[in-house]
Amino acid sequence: MKTCRMKAVLALLLLLVPTLAAPVFSNAASAAATAADTFSDPAMEARARNLQRQFRCLVCAGENVDESGSPFSADVRRLIREQIAAGQSDAQVQDFLVARYGDVILMKPPVQPDTWLLWLAPFLVLGAGGAVAWVVVKKAAARSA
Amino acid sequence: MTGELGQLALCFALALSLVMAVAGLIGTRTEANTARRVASSSALGFLVFIVLAFAALTYAFVTSDFSVALVAGHSHTLKPLVYKISGVWGNHEGSMLLWVLVLALYAGMVAFLQRGGERLTSGALGVQGLLAAAFILFILFTSNPFLRLDPAPFEGAGLTPLLQDPGLAMHPPMLYAGYVGLSASFSYAAAALLVGEAGWARAARPFMLIAWIALTCGIALGSWWAYYELGWGGFWGWDPVENASLMPWLIATALLHSALATEKSGAFRTWTLLLAIAGFSMSLIGTFLVRSGVLSSVHAFASDPARGFFIMVLIALAIGGALALFAWRAPSLQGGAAFEPASRETALLLNNVFLVAACACVFAGTLYPLILDALNGTKITVGPPYYVITFAPIFFALMLLVPFGPQLGWKRGDLKAAWRSLYPALGLAAIAAIVVLAIVAPRTIAATGAFAVAAWLIGASIIDVRKRKGARASAFAAALAHAGLGITLMGVAGTTAWRSEAITVAAPGQSFTVGPYTLRFDGVSRVKGPNYIADRAHIAVMNDGKPGAVLQPEHRLYPAEGQDMSDTAIRTTGLRDLYLALGDERDDGRFALRAYVSPLAPLIWIGGLIMALGGMLSLWGRLRAPAREPVAPAVAQAAE
Repeated sequence: MKTCRMKAVLALLLLLVPTLAAPVFSNAASAAATAADTFSDPAMEARARNLQRQFRCLVCAGENVDESGSPFSADVRRLIREQIAAGQSDAQVQDFLVARYGDVILMKPPVQPDTWLLWLAPFLVLGAGGAVAWVVVKKAAARSA
Repeated sequence: MTGELGQLALCFALALSLVMAVAGLIGTRTEANTARRVASSSALGFLVFIVLAFAALTYAFVTSDFSVALVAGHSHTLKPLVYKISGVWGNHEGSMLLWVLVLALYAGMVAFLQRGGERLTSGALGVQGLLAAAFILFILFTSNPFLRLDPAPFEGAGLTPLLQDPGLAMHPPMLYAGYVGLSASFSYAAAALLVGEAGWARAARPFMLIAWIALTCGIALGSWWAYYELGWGGFWGWDPVENASLMPWLIATALLHSALATEKSGAFRTWTLLLAIAGFSMSLIGTFLVRSGVLSSVHAFASDPARGFFIMVLIALAIGGALALFAWRAPSLQGGAAFEPASRETALLLNNVFLVAACACVFAGTLYPLILDALNGTKITVGPPYYVITFAPIFFALMLLVPFGPQLGWKRGDLKAAWRSLYPALGLAAIAAIVVLAIVAPRTIAATGAFAVAAWLIGASIIDVRKRKGARASAFAAALAHAGLGITLMGVAGTTAWRSEAITVAAPGQSFTVGPYTLRFDGVSRVKGPNYIADRAHIAVMNDGKPGAVLQPEHRLYPAEGQDMSDTAIRTTGLRDLYLALGDERDDGRFALRAYVSPLAPLIWIGGLIMALGGMLSLWGRLRAPAREPVAPAVAQAAE
């Protein structure tokens, strides 16, 4: 069963198909976050759901632990809820999970020296493109005058 | 027998593509027409043999010939005919053959239409031949679809149920038509560098348009498929595989705009050449990402490293070769058009700056984790939050600027007049923002801004259409495409900001609410499909306590493949989707259910379709216009 699902993922990758951050696994398992594990306090529940979306299911194809139906995600959801119940802040929950699984679990890549280029690249290209465009337009205007 | 015939056809196609490459390239240098004629006829012959090879493989799939290893691995006698056919490209080997088939179709079109000068066309065919030969070699050496099994198994392994879907049957051919279609612009650009002909942008424009239309439809189709098939109501996840199709689209869009300036006023000559090279390079890099298995090292796809290596060398040669040619020949092209800062040219230039930056963002997000991992073993995830912070503002700024382009004249425009004519659109944007703030909860800055920009785009398109009243139909292409962008934006913003969801475990007879709907779960029945067994839920939409429409999401088991799948049920008003997915049965006989209400979701794909229609209008106008001489009337000039 498991290998078959694995094949499903591969077949998707094969096809250039948008797999999306999608429950390729949980499609079958479905209804990942079910009523079984909810807080009765709506504020705490909202916090939990919000946190669950910020962590990635590490055994899936790009889905977060909120959507995913994998056992891994169920574990992470349980951990998040335990931490919240123990009175930890969102930042503390994040630190806990990063310490346990590494940065790779964060949907939003950390800002640190080896990711500066990642975060800056789009704006560097934009700036460089803007500068080149400026020169090009000035030259074209000089020719036009 | 058909397997061997297919193999033979593929070998002939290889030979003809080599002839096409050599003759085409010689044809750029000779006075006599012989080489050019050989190139054209071998292009058509190459197309014929690739069609034969593809037909042979399709025949093997349709007749369930399990002595062909690929068919045994990916098909099943019980599969409906349409999925036997789509199974041809539902695997690595077959999809590479489809890749080459599309390449051959474009080569055939180039040879048949003979747009541009003789030498230009000949050079384009030569480059197309080189690409074709390289990819056929890749297929024959690492991914041969015609390999036999002895003894043949009695039954095939089946096709993964996720792929047994009409949307997905159509998705890869559509996407490939766009992906590989960019090869024609690439070949024309390389040929233009070889021959030194400036008119290439006009000759290649229909191919750019066809590729862009197909890419737009392919991406929209893929997104729609993911929405209704994957069962969680999402439409785009910034997955590397999706990004692989978005990057060529962004560059192709930039290319369409830049090539227009090159054609109409001679501006950005070298830049347009570079974009044509970059567009197909993005397709190649996407192919590499998806085919080599670098994305899924965890999933051990890299079981055959030969493939990854072969493709990497191939791509390095294609991109490196083209860039070397560019560096060598581009400086000799005479450039330097004259235009004023307030002009259509400047607007198109800015369009390009933003689109290239947006592509850089997707490129970095897709490749950076791979590079970082390779360099120092650091593993990071680049998920949607990265794109919200980087891609969204860049694309937002681009959309703010879009309306100015069509209002500015070539060479010398009047910015003040453009502003004045856009006042109504500005008013419309303000009204949209106020309405969104006043009526819809929850209030979000992002959604308000998005609706204002969408109204700004659509309003500007209406203004543009009014201005061109009485012009040829193709004059409205840009207005239509830009309005489509606004409509897609509304869909994206509406679904993102105002989606409501209900995740519940319900017993038969139990009611629950999602958004404005009250739903009653009326239990589950067992049904038999052609190759699956399904639990079909019956869920009634309640009107004042009485049951109205019934939705029937399914949870299917495919015994041949040993997999289960959920089939969502969606009820749409055209402006709002009610979306239901059925989950597992619990021990106590209750069922997990997920329900979403997605306001404006259908607009995402309707907008995509309208963009594609804009492209088609433009294409229609192009194919009626002569291929070489510029059209005189001012209306046509202003058209795009």
